[in-house]
Amino acid sequence: MLAYTIRRLFMLIPVLLGMTLIVFSIVHLIPGNPAQVILGETATEQAIQDLEATMGINEPYLIQYGLYLADLLQGDLGTSLRTKGEISSEILPRVAATFELTIFAMIFAIIVGINAGIISAWKQNTWIDITAMVVALIGVSMPVFWLALMEQWIFAQELGWLPSSGRQSSTNPIEPITHFYVLDSLLHLDFDRALTVLSHLVLPAVALGTIPMAIIARMTRSSMLEVMKSDYIRTVRAKGSGQFLVIYKHALRNATIPVLTVIGLQTGVLLGGAILTETIFSWPGIGRYVYEGINYRDYPVIQSGILVIAFIFVMINLIVDLLYAYIDPRIKY
Amino acid sequence: MKLKYSFLLAMLIAFVMLLAACGDDGDDASEPDTGSDDETSEEDEQDEDDGAEVETDGDDILVYARGGDSESLDFASTTDGESSRVTKQIYESLLDFEEDSFEIKPGLAHDWDVSDDGLTYTFYLEEGVTFHDGTDFNAEAVKVNYERWSGADDTYSFEDDGYAYSMYGTMFGGFHGDDGHVISEVNVNGDYEVEFVLNEPLGFFLQNMAMSYFAITSPAALEEHGPEINENPVGTGPFKFVSWSRDDQIVLEAFEDYRVDGLPKLDGVIFEVIPDNSSRLIALNSGEIHIMDGLNPDDAAGVDSDEETTLYTRAANNFGYLGFQTEKEPIDDPLVRQAINHAIDREQIAEALYAGYAIPAVNPVPPGYLGFNDDLDVYEFDLDRSAELLEEAGYADGFEIDLWTMPVARPYMPAPETVSEIVQADLAQIGITANIVIEEWAPYLERTQQGDHELFMLGWSGTNGDPDYFLSSLLHGDNAGASNRSFYQNDEVDELLDAAKMAVDQDERAELYKEAQAIIYEDSPMIPLVHSEPVLASLSNVQNYVPHPSTSESLAEVELD
Repeated sequence: MLAYTIRRLFMLIPVLLGMTLIVFSIVHLIPGNPAQVILGETATEQAIQDLEATMGINEPYLIQYGLYLADLLQGDLGTSLRTKGEISSEILPRVAATFELTIFAMIFAIIVGINAGIISAWKQNTWIDITAMVVALIGVSMPVFWLALMEQWIFAQELGWLPSSGRQSSTNPIEPITHFYVLDSLLHLDFDRALTVLSHLVLPAVALGTIPMAIIARMTRSSMLEVMKSDYIRTVRAKGSGQFLVIYKHALRNATIPVLTVIGLQTGVLLGGAILTETIFSWPGIGRYVYEGINYRDYPVIQSGILVIAFIFVMINLIVDLLYAYIDPRIKY
Repeated sequence: MKLKYSFLLAMLIAFVMLLAACGDDGDDASEPDTGSDDETSEEDEQDEDDGAEVETDGDDILVYARGGDSESLDFASTTDGESSRVTKQIYESLLDFEEDSFEIKPGLAHDWDVSDDGLTYTFYLEEGVTFHDGTDFNAEAVKVNYERWSGADDTYSFEDDGYAYSMYGTMFGGFHGDDGHVISEVNVNGDYEVEFVLNEPLGFFLQNMAMSYFAITSPAALEEHGPEINENPVGTGPFKFVSWSRDDQIVLEAFEDYRVDGLPKLDGVIFEVIPDNSSRLIALNSGEIHIMDGLNPDDAAGVDSDEETTLYTRAANNFGYLGFQTEKEPIDDPLVRQAINHAIDREQIAEALYAGYAIPAVNPVPPGYLGFNDDLDVYEFDLDRSAELLEEAGYADGFEIDLWTMPVARPYMPAPETVSEIVQADLAQIGITANIVIEEWAPYLERTQQGDHELFMLGWSGTNGDPDYFLSSLLHGDNAGASNRSFYQNDEVDELLDAAKMAVDQDERAELYKEAQAIIYEDSPMIPLVHSEPVLASLSNVQNYVPHPSTSESLAEVELD
C-alpha cells in the first residue's frame, strides 16, 4: 500500500510537468499580440510596448518557460495583470469558495443519487424505478445555466424563499477566517449567519449537484442490480435477512466501488467545471476567477487558475484510487 | 487509470479551446496596468477584516449591481469604466460634469480663469475641504497628483509596480518631456489657488479637468499606502472606502465631513458583482439589489411595465461604424462610398440589436456633443439612389469586396456577426457581393492599422465628452494607420480639426467641428451606424438616480424611500 502510494506520487511528476507546459503555452496559442488584445482598439503604440515589456513576452519561448517553472517551484504563481495582486494569495479564498460549493453539491448528489439508485434497483421495473430513472435522465441532459435560471426565477423571484445570488448577505459581510463561510460562521458562534450562508448555498449547490446526482443514481442502480444477482446475496437471503439489511449492509458496500469512481471524477469535474454555476450565482470561486481572467486576457491568472484546477483534479483521482483499498480490502496493490 | 488521465487531458484541451474560442472581451478597452511582485497579501486580508465591522442594520444602504468588478481603485492608472464608476463616489476632480451631460460645473474648484491666449488656467479651490484621512485639501495636493501622472515628479508614480497613466497621456498629449505634452507647469499660488501653464492652447482642457480619471488623491495616502493605493483609495468625495472583496463587493460608507451639507443622503453604497445579466435582473426583482447596470434591451419593456421597478436609459456616448479602407479600389471613390451608405438599413440594425434602444447615427460624434451637426440627415435607406450612384461611379454591375467583422462584442456593437449579415444582405441588393472575413481580435486591430482590410466594422466610446476625441482620433490624417483605420486624408478636415483643438472659445470650436462634419458627411469615409443607449433598472423606491453618459454618476443625491 505504502509502496503503491509512493509510486503513484512519483507518477504525478510527469503529469504535473505536462500540465505546466500546456498551461504555459496558452499565451502563445492565441493569435496576435496579447498586449494588443488586452489594450483594445484605443491603445497607443507606446502603451502596447510598455505592456509587452511588463509581461515579459519579448523573451524567447523556452527562457520564458524556464522562468515560469522556477517561480512555480517557489510557490510564486505570478502577478495578476488586472489587479496587480499576487495570484497565490488571491487564489486561496477562491479555492475555498469553490470547495464549499462543491462539497454541498456533492453531499446533495450523493445522498439523493445513491438512495434513488438503491430504491430503483430495489423496486426494479416498477413505476418508482421508471420515474426515478426518467428524472435522472432529465437531470443529466439539462443545461446547468437553464436549471440555475429556473431555480432563481422560481425560488428567489416568484416565491422569495431563497436568495438568488452571492455567498452571503451583501449588507452584512462576514469576517473570514478559513474562507469556508459556513465554518467561519460557526467559528464566530454566529448561528443566524450560518443559516444565511446555508440559504445562499442551496440553489447553486442543487444546480451544480444535479448532473452528478443523476449520474450517481444511474450508476448505483446498475451496479446494485449486478451485485444483487451474485451468489453471496443469495446466501444472505437464505439465512433469512430482511431486504433492507441485505441491501444496505451486504450489497451496498460491494456496489459502491464503481460509484466511488464516478463520485471522484464528478467531484473533480465540479471543481473545475463550476464556471457556469459560479457565474450565474455570482459565486466568487475559482471558476469565476478564471472566467474574469479570460475576459481581461489576464494570462497569469488563466494559467494559474487552470493549473490549480488540474492539480486538484489529479489529487482527487489519487485519493479515490487509495480509497478503493479501504472500501474493498480484497483490492491489493 | 489510463482512462482517467486521458479524461484529464481532454479537460485541459477543452479549456485551451475555450480560451482560443473565447472572443468576448466584456469591458471596454483596458489599460496596461501590470503587476508587481512585492504586493503584500496581508493587505487583502486586512480589507476583508474591516468589512465585518460595517454595521448596517436600519441604515439606508444602496446595493448597486454590475457585471464586472473594478480593476483598480486608482482611477488614473486604469481606463476601466467599472473602476471609475466606484471612484466617482470616493474622489472628486477640480471640475465636474452636469448630472446628465458633459457640461462643465464647479467641483473642487469653485471658480476658474482662462488667460486670453488660452495658455494659463487658474483654479480657485474650495477651502476647508478635508480628505477622508483627515488631511487638508489644497493647491499642493493638486500639484502632487498632476505631477504624479505626468512624471514631472515621479515620487508617487510607482512605474516599477506596473502603474501607467495612459488616460493622462491620451488627454494631455503625452507625458513630462514628450514633444506634444500640453501641461508645462503646475504652479501653487497660495493654499487655494493653482495655476496650469500650457505649452499650447488645448480647446478641451476644462473638459479634461472634469473627468473622473483626473481626480485628486490625498498625498498623505499616497505616502502611506504607496503602490497599494489602488486598494486603499482616499479622496474628498461623498463616500469613503470601507472594504473590497474581489469579484464580489466593494463597500463604501457616507463621509460625515463631506464639503456639501446634507450630502450624501445615503448611509452607504455597496457595489456588487453579478456577472450574468438575467441573474442580475432576478436579483433586482427579488429585492436583493437596488440598481442594476447592463440590462438586456429585450428585458426593458418588462422592467418598464412593472410597478416595482423603474427603467432608465443612459444618453448615448459611443457609436458603431462600418468603415472604408479609403486607399483601396473601388471604395477610394466617394460616390461608391455614398452608394453603400444609402444601401444600409440603420433602423433594422437598431431594432435587431438593441430592441430600439439605439439612435441611427449621422455623424461620427454622439448627439448632444459640442458642435454636433444637426443640419445633416441620416443617409436615407434608398436602393434606387444607391444604384444610381454606383452607375455614376462606373460600377453598375457591382463588385466583390471583403467585409471585416469584429470577433468580439462591444457596447457599441453587441452582436458584430448579426450586423455583418444585415450589411451583407443590404449590399447584395445593389449587386455588391460582400465576403465576410473574421480575424482574431489582436490581428484584427493590427491588420486594420496596416491597411490590409477593405470594408470593416469598429466603434468608439467617449471619455471626456469632447468631439475631438472622436473626430481627431478616427479621421485626422496624422492618425492614419493608427486610430484612423479608414486612412482618411483630407487636408481641409485636418486644418479644421487642428484649429478646433487649439481654439479656446467653445462657440468657435463648435462651428469648426460642424464644418468638419459636413465635409466628412460628403466624403463618407465611414458609415456611422447607431449610437446605443444602454438601459438600466432600479427598484422604484430609488429616488434621484440619474445615469450619466460617461457611466460614472455620483450617488450623493440618491435616496431610498
